[in-house]
Amino acid sequence: MTTLTFTLLVGAGSFGGGLLGALTGLGGGIIVVPMLTLLFHVDLRYAIAASLVSIIATSSGAASAYVREGFTNVRVGILLEIATVIGALIGAALSSHIPKSALAVLFGAVLLFTAYRSTRPREEHALLTTPDKWSARLRLDSTYPAADGEQPYSVHNVPTGFSLMFIAGILSALLGIGSGIIKVLAMDQTMRLPFKVSTTTSNFMIGVTAAAGTGVFLRAGQIDPTLTFPVMLGVLAGALLGARILARTNTDRLRQIFTAILVVSALQMLYKGLRGSV
Amino acid sequence: MSDPSRWSDHAVEQTIGRFLQFGVILAAGVVLIGATLLLVQHGRAPASYAVYHSAPEQLRTIGGIVRGALALDSRAIVQLGLVLLVATPVVRVAFMLIAFVVQRDTIYVAISAVVLALLLYGLLLGRA
Repeated sequence: MTTLTFTLLVGAGSFGGGLLGALTGLGGGIIVVPMLTLLFHVDLRYAIAASLVSIIATSSGAASAYVREGFTNVRVGILLEIATVIGALIGAALSSHIPKSALAVLFGAVLLFTAYRSTRPREEHALLTTPDKWSARLRLDSTYPAADGEQPYSVHNVPTGFSLMFIAGILSALLGIGSGIIKVLAMDQTMRLPFKVSTTTSNFMIGVTAAAGTGVFLRAGQIDPTLTFPVMLGVLAGALLGARILARTNTDRLRQIFTAILVVSALQMLYKGLRGSV
Repeated sequence: MSDPSRWSDHAVEQTIGRFLQFGVILAAGVVLIGATLLLVQHGRAPASYAVYHSAPEQLRTIGGIVRGALALDSRAIVQLGLVLLVATPVVRVAFMLIAFVVQRDTIYVAISAVVLALLLYGLLLGRA
């Protein structure tokens, strides 16, 4: 295959991944690595680095709107970034010492978990306004724009949320994913942030987390410009279009399709990893 | 700096939002220029990424990338765009650090300084 053909095919696939990722809220990064390794036979190390680069672009692009709308809790974000960035630096340092087959198995497991979570209805929780020791000391409590004006909320279980974020950071650099599913688990379920605040704050942090891992990969020579540009531009264009048409799209059906793709990719990653043929 | 409203949480959020947008557009523009040049020059070369071999030294360091881009090497121009993309969230953290200094918010000055130091460590010294 010539570079031109390869670029066009990878660009189109990345565009589709970015579009579906934005429409389903699962992010495009989770599908880019399986696409590159399973369909285009790209080495897992190149694929992980290229995916991580594309995540910085989509996260920063989306964050630029969310942060201005006032949903993002920037204090919670920067506090938890300590954990995700340390995790990402460790993940990037570990990645070259972990066999590719083990990375593929871990990736398959994370894909299955993501698919499982995406099929379950979101559990609504009541907002808490009772004070919390850590939250008070770090002034994390805030408000967000709701239908009937600014809604106050308080933040809980800061140490547990911080620990989960550390794991999210490791997985992010190790697998080239945003780890949005773990970040939302930590903030929505554990720290009890309103759902819209946890998703936008998670997105805000993903750019910084991915940048930490990408910096290490760049110095290690793991970022190939010719492979990475169609992935970055494709995912970014797909995600931008997805954000525009989200309001008038029926996402339920797309979510089912995307979940099915995730399950098939997960089984193939597990199979190849266990056979050692990655 | 004398006008405190310029550094309120709300104003800082607006600036961060606009800056992130600017960073991504700039990075994508540079990548697009390099990519076009790359395809014109090397579009017919065979593409294979099945075997991993790390990128050459001049595409791995910021100095090497800038020198390559100034010499109009298409791969180095793409890489420069990717460096600008990585720099976008890093500069965002640096800006937050300045905002917290102006707000005299000691705890968050410390927190954002730690995040910035970790990011710079990863970019300049981190090892894979």
